[in-house]
Amino acid sequence: MGLQKVRSTLPAGSYYFSGDEAVAEGAIAARCGYCAGYPITPATETLERLSVRFGEVGAVFMQMEDEIASICSCIGASWAGAKAMTITSGPGFSLMQEGIGYAVFTETPVVIVDAQRAGPSTGQATRVGGGDIMQAKWGSHGDYLTIALSPWSVQELYDQTIQAFNLAEKYRVPVLLMAEEATAHLRERMEVSGEIELFNREKKAGAPPFGTKEDDGVPPMPAFGEGEKLLVTGSTHDEYGVRRITHPLVHEKLVTRLHNKILHHGQEIIQYEHYYLEDAAIVVVGNGFTARSALFAVEKLREEDKKIGMVRLKTLWPFPIEVIKDIGSRVKKILVPEMNMGQVVGEVMKYASCDVVPYNQVNGEVIHPNTIIEQLRRLR
Amino acid sequence: MARDLEQYLRPGIGVTTFCPGCGEAILLGLILRAIDELCLNMDDMLFVSGIGCAAWIPSPHFNADTLHTLHGRTIAFATGAKMVNPKLKVMVISGDGDLADIGGNHLIHGARRNIDLTVICANNMNYGMTGGQVCATTPLGALTMTTHQGNPFRPFDLCQLLKAAGAVYVARYAVTQPFLMIKSIKKALQTEGFAFIEAVTPCPVQFGRRNNLGQPADMLKAVMAQCIMKDKADKLSPEELRGKIITGEFTDGAD
Repeated sequence: MGLQKVRSTLPAGSYYFSGDEAVAEGAIAARCGYCAGYPITPATETLERLSVRFGEVGAVFMQMEDEIASICSCIGASWAGAKAMTITSGPGFSLMQEGIGYAVFTETPVVIVDAQRAGPSTGQATRVGGGDIMQAKWGSHGDYLTIALSPWSVQELYDQTIQAFNLAEKYRVPVLLMAEEATAHLRERMEVSGEIELFNREKKAGAPPFGTKEDDGVPPMPAFGEGEKLLVTGSTHDEYGVRRITHPLVHEKLVTRLHNKILHHGQEIIQYEHYYLEDAAIVVVGNGFTARSALFAVEKLREEDKKIGMVRLKTLWPFPIEVIKDIGSRVKKILVPEMNMGQVVGEVMKYASCDVVPYNQVNGEVIHPNTIIEQLRRLR
Repeated sequence: MARDLEQYLRPGIGVTTFCPGCGEAILLGLILRAIDELCLNMDDMLFVSGIGCAAWIPSPHFNADTLHTLHGRTIAFATGAKMVNPKLKVMVISGDGDLADIGGNHLIHGARRNIDLTVICANNMNYGMTGGQVCATTPLGALTMTTHQGNPFRPFDLCQLLKAAGAVYVARYAVTQPFLMIKSIKKALQTEGFAFIEAVTPCPVQFGRRNNLGQPADMLKAVMAQCIMKDKADKLSPEELRGKIITGEFTDGAD
């Protein structure tokens, strides 16, 4: 239980994987025991690889009848004791939202990979988009928080898949890996280390599975078949799972703790990278594939001695509020390039005291470094 | 001799949520009698239910692991749990609206995959919990809160549907046939693979009172009069079978 060092499943070394394949291998490395999904571009290749590889490692792969069944069967599998994952893209992510809300409220660890494509609706199924960021926050009804990660490379799809399982198990929450078509279908070199750290869910026989003394705690999680006579319900419940569907305080206490268990642990959860901030007057805040273009642009302009820096958000939710507040107080302007009509930029505007300028591109293509260079030149 | 079924009930659950005359409370007792007669250990069982009156049969009443899920998705949740831990004896108990309307697709796919589940569909022929609206099993012409001039659509024959979808055990009995129902539940629990029982449960409060069967006793009598055993029904014409509920086993895995 807790964090443990284990041997990596793949031999240590360099691999040439697609992003989708890296997700599959990351799941195997994290000892995922159950994956269910439904074919959808650009996430299908992960399912195809897992359907072969899970057979080799003794985990369960199910192709379900739709994405609703996929997420729901993952929740059932998680309560039966397995680490569980589902993989999808925009339309499937929309179908999964009710299940994500259920997982939040029942505190079920589950990993959801969304290889984002150009939406809305069927959109451009084979083209890239970054429009599911706000859906990752509030796609299901009611008030809740999840954890959402934003990978920028094949390496990070592998690493963050493992990390997503660790966070899901530690905080008993759905973790959303917000991949993008551009990285899902990208093929590049990545490294596998011989040893990884995995978090295994805490168990404590007889302890209440849905409550803690603290107002931001994570209760231990038993599994079905352990004699705990569990009551798992999506209705408002007390610490033993007994439905309390009219008591104001029970609802308030539960919803508040589910928020606090994420918010109060922001420092442990949130990850970001920064480049050239020391003397920067202008900073690009980027995530996902866009951050690759942004870093290229920043380094080009640094060659001209332009005082430009960059922050890459590896965690999108909970939002890195303090990071943005700090940068906003130190620089003149922030540029937020995104493959959507403006989602992360709204959060940056909320917390940065400086000027915040969006750059939005929704043409199904990645943002070219030259485009970001052009935008940065205009800012001065 | 009356058996002590209290050991199967969750301590502290004093009252049920079922309306007066509800057939689902009878079904609750019949399921426990079947479990008792098979000497099953409740610690090895998982009960999965959805949303609606029947979903409350196991949750919170049964003293076992229960998973009270989203509306319509019981089979999917149960599939995940069963695939990960095949030692769990997994029983799905939910209503007709949950399993056959919103969850119809999952139901037929569960049967097609032949996942080892025992599925009990309490069919009260309407959405009881939300106040009596039409559903996929409401008889043609029946009055509900959303069909004030009579249901214009035909109901599903759930047993034929599940048989066609590949369930290995399929039966229909009413709660007015308690001994047949217990025997059927036992058989379903002992079936390896997808077993489906349609349990006809009278709903006098929501369905009955809009169809001249508002008194529990009247509705029970009406169900008893409607039920006809399959072997007898096989000899009757479709005309003679109009308005009848055919009860019995539709497949028992042998064919």
